[in-house]
Amino acid sequence: MSTESKSGSSRSKVYIALQDNDESRYIIEAIEQDNPEATIIHMPAMVRVEAEGKLVVNRETVEEVMGRDWDIQELHLNLITLGGNVDEDDDCLTLEWNS
Amino acid sequence: MSIEIKTATLEPVRNTFAHIERRFGDKPATRYQEATYDVASATNFHYRPLWQPDKLLQDASRTQLVMADWYAFRDPRQFYYGTYVQARAKMQEVAESNYAFFEKRNLARLLSDEQNAALIRFLVPLRHVEHTANLNNMYGTGLGMGTALTQAMLYDGMDRLGIAQYLSRIGLILDGNSGEALAQAKQHWMDDAVWQGMRALCEELMVTEDWFELLLAQDIVVDTLVYELVYKQWDAQLADNGAQDVAMLTEFMQDWWKDNQRWGDSVLKTAAAESADNTALMEQWISNWRGKAAEALAPLASEMLGEQALESAMAVLDKRLNKAGLFK
Amino acid sequence: MAKKLNIKDKYRLLTRDLDWEFSYQDRSKAFPYEAFEGIKITDWSKWEDPFRLTMDAYWKYQAEKEKKLYAIFDAFQQNNGHLNVSDPRYVNALKLFLTGVSPLEYQAYQGFAHVGRQFGGVGARVACQMQSLDELRHVQTQIHAISHYNKYFDGLQEYSHMHDRVWYLSVPKSFFNDARAAGPFEYMIAIGFSFEYVLTNLLFVPFMSGAAHNGDMATVTFGFSAQSDEARHMTLGLEVIKFLLEQHEDNVPIVQKWIDKWFWRGTRLLTIVAMMMDYMLPNKVMSWQEAWEVYFEEAGGALFKDLARYGITMPKYADIIEKEKEHISHQAWWTFYTHGHAAGFHTWIPTDEELDWLSEKYPNTFDKYYRPRWELAKKLEAKGERFYTSGLPMLCQTCQIPMLFTEMDNPGEISYRDHVHDGERYHFCSDGCHDIFVDEPEKYVQSWLPVHQIFQGNCGGPDVENILSDYYRMNLGADNLDMKGSPDEKRWKQWKGVA
Repeated sequence: MSTESKSGSSRSKVYIALQDNDESRYIIEAIEQDNPEATIIHMPAMVRVEAEGKLVVNRETVEEVMGRDWDIQELHLNLITLGGNVDEDDDCLTLEWNS
Repeated sequence: MSIEIKTATLEPVRNTFAHIERRFGDKPATRYQEATYDVASATNFHYRPLWQPDKLLQDASRTQLVMADWYAFRDPRQFYYGTYVQARAKMQEVAESNYAFFEKRNLARLLSDEQNAALIRFLVPLRHVEHTANLNNMYGTGLGMGTALTQAMLYDGMDRLGIAQYLSRIGLILDGNSGEALAQAKQHWMDDAVWQGMRALCEELMVTEDWFELLLAQDIVVDTLVYELVYKQWDAQLADNGAQDVAMLTEFMQDWWKDNQRWGDSVLKTAAAESADNTALMEQWISNWRGKAAEALAPLASEMLGEQALESAMAVLDKRLNKAGLFK
Repeated sequence: MAKKLNIKDKYRLLTRDLDWEFSYQDRSKAFPYEAFEGIKITDWSKWEDPFRLTMDAYWKYQAEKEKKLYAIFDAFQQNNGHLNVSDPRYVNALKLFLTGVSPLEYQAYQGFAHVGRQFGGVGARVACQMQSLDELRHVQTQIHAISHYNKYFDGLQEYSHMHDRVWYLSVPKSFFNDARAAGPFEYMIAIGFSFEYVLTNLLFVPFMSGAAHNGDMATVTFGFSAQSDEARHMTLGLEVIKFLLEQHEDNVPIVQKWIDKWFWRGTRLLTIVAMMMDYMLPNKVMSWQEAWEVYFEEAGGALFKDLARYGITMPKYADIIEKEKEHISHQAWWTFYTHGHAAGFHTWIPTDEELDWLSEKYPNTFDKYYRPRWELAKKLEAKGERFYTSGLPMLCQTCQIPMLFTEMDNPGEISYRDHVHDGERYHFCSDGCHDIFVDEPEKYVQSWLPVHQIFQGNCGGPDVENILSDYYRMNLGADNLDMKGSPDEKRWKQWKGVA
């Protein structure tokens, strides 16, 4: 476990955790591409991605990585938990803290 | 890693949970049984609800119907969550391909203006009736007794939300996704004289307090009449007049009704078979709601289908009730 | 061609406009419970749907999840998956889970069905209805996952009967009864927000990682599959609180009071989870303290920072809670160890390796306050004098946990509070529980306190043995007592071919 970084002045962390399976690996690759600042943490049976302030999952990027059509709602099949205000539309899911 | 497993030592200590064994004997149980029977808390509730201080959280007196064992209401479909969603997923897959086909070929263009208007006037407003059915089933889910019955009401309630959404999609197909057809249909629901009886009935159902009475009124009386009139009689009339493609959009409702009747019939039979008091009470409730529903549907039925329609739907309802042991 | 609708507009058209203004009945009679809590809703249409899942998509995705899940259950059962767990002690965590937690999922199913009928806004109603259906899924998949263990281990067979009666199970049961007995808005702050948004992460994520670490494939699978619904529930919880705070400024103090109450209630409830993580998982994932820091302090801290713009502050007693993270798991397991004859699962002394792990994870507290007790227990056990306490514990009137918590500025001293109401004296474990009682005494005087009930003769008897075997339906000598010498342990050794 290496998540205890309580940085004082920085923005709060948003996070998303996915089941550790093949489909998630593509999704995480897409998240890494679109959120270079994000930290990927591997835990037993799950993968946690966290970032300061904001994290975006883009449908287009996941589709490119997977090489098939992918509905943003398919994310729910592998989702374990998330933190932050959620905004979901056809093209992306955004996690964000306003402060 | 390799372990020598002697099969003889791997005999289970017991076959199932103790409460399942008490009901069905010492043998392996089905998933429906383990997911359903005696799962709900039955005693030693801590606080009376602030919203109903004269009752316990779980309280049999929320209906006048009396059952020695609320788990007598076995669902013949044996739906627990997993089997329920998988059954509905199959139906929605068919519906999805039907809707996609209908939209891709733009089959709506084959409807006459008159037929188009009739769909907006008679079919789309039913989404508000379905919404009422959704709420009435949720009411019984939250306040009813025994998982066997409450889970089946939840499935019914969620099905009705799904059907309301399918009906809304029909509106969107008719108006090219502008939402105009939905607005017109709502206008009919709010102001058109043919709908006011039904709207008043729906509002009355939503203030009805006895959850089992409500189950009978909604899921048996109103639904039998509405589904018979709309998805059977009117469907046949549409087909006779060249609008048979509409049936692609209502196939889900027809399949659902077939499935749901199995459950509804068993609810009627089980409750009526329990006691003469129950039978008398059910007949009194049903007579009352049967009369109200007939009055509410009369203008709609005659406008959609003609004078004989309601009478023949009533005959279907009466036959169903008779078969369950009521009004004999 | 028809124009393409985006997901938000489509959801609005399909769902949000289903409701209508009543003409023939008084609408407030159809939604009668919206006003009494003092919450002001000026405009339900401002509700933002957290996820725009229509029923057809719900059926499709959930069926896919269920198909995967039950394929694994089948494989697990056919291959005697229970033989793969790290250590038979692990199964005791499942016993506590099925008797204490799964019935809460059932209460959530009932609770969300109730509010899913009662809210006047269609968007909020539908979101609650879907959660009700999800919660039913959770209780049923948990029963199915643990069903196989029930065939090979003791202590699971009467989970439902026990949940309604056993002394320590009244803690989780009363927690949820409390929320369901409240009005619909308090229920949502209690369960939708406080419990789902912050506390279930602490229950599921570390516990399921623990199951993965201990070779329990069935539990990992149901746990993570259930969590995939939880993300929707968390978002609903957050939407509810934002909606209430934005609707009217008068709602702010009411919501704050509920947050204070339910975070305290929730942290007391999670004592059981703390104990499971630190003592009942043979292969450890992280300590309770570490889990608390990641999922409460870090994630919860970010949340409250975000809510500060509405005038919401950290829950009352957050400072006490922060200190307690280094103590509660130890205090709770010691209590169960010493009452192990009256528990429906086995207890044990941690192994030397485990004691060292605890010393390392809790450098400020374990060696100073708790390790010496275990060293003493070890000595007694070695002499053949395994210690069981004979008395019945005094319970807190609010959280119903035995008086086992200590003062945080003096961890050697048990914390007691009391209050006189209507000429009767009531006892509490903490200021938090005391304050909750004082705010609503009429509610908490009703608590069905298991120990009081025993003394009043409502649970059979006269001896504790009779109560345990007849009223609780515990299979004495099999379900209770120490892991050492239990039938569970004997069978395990047989299966594994060790003496």
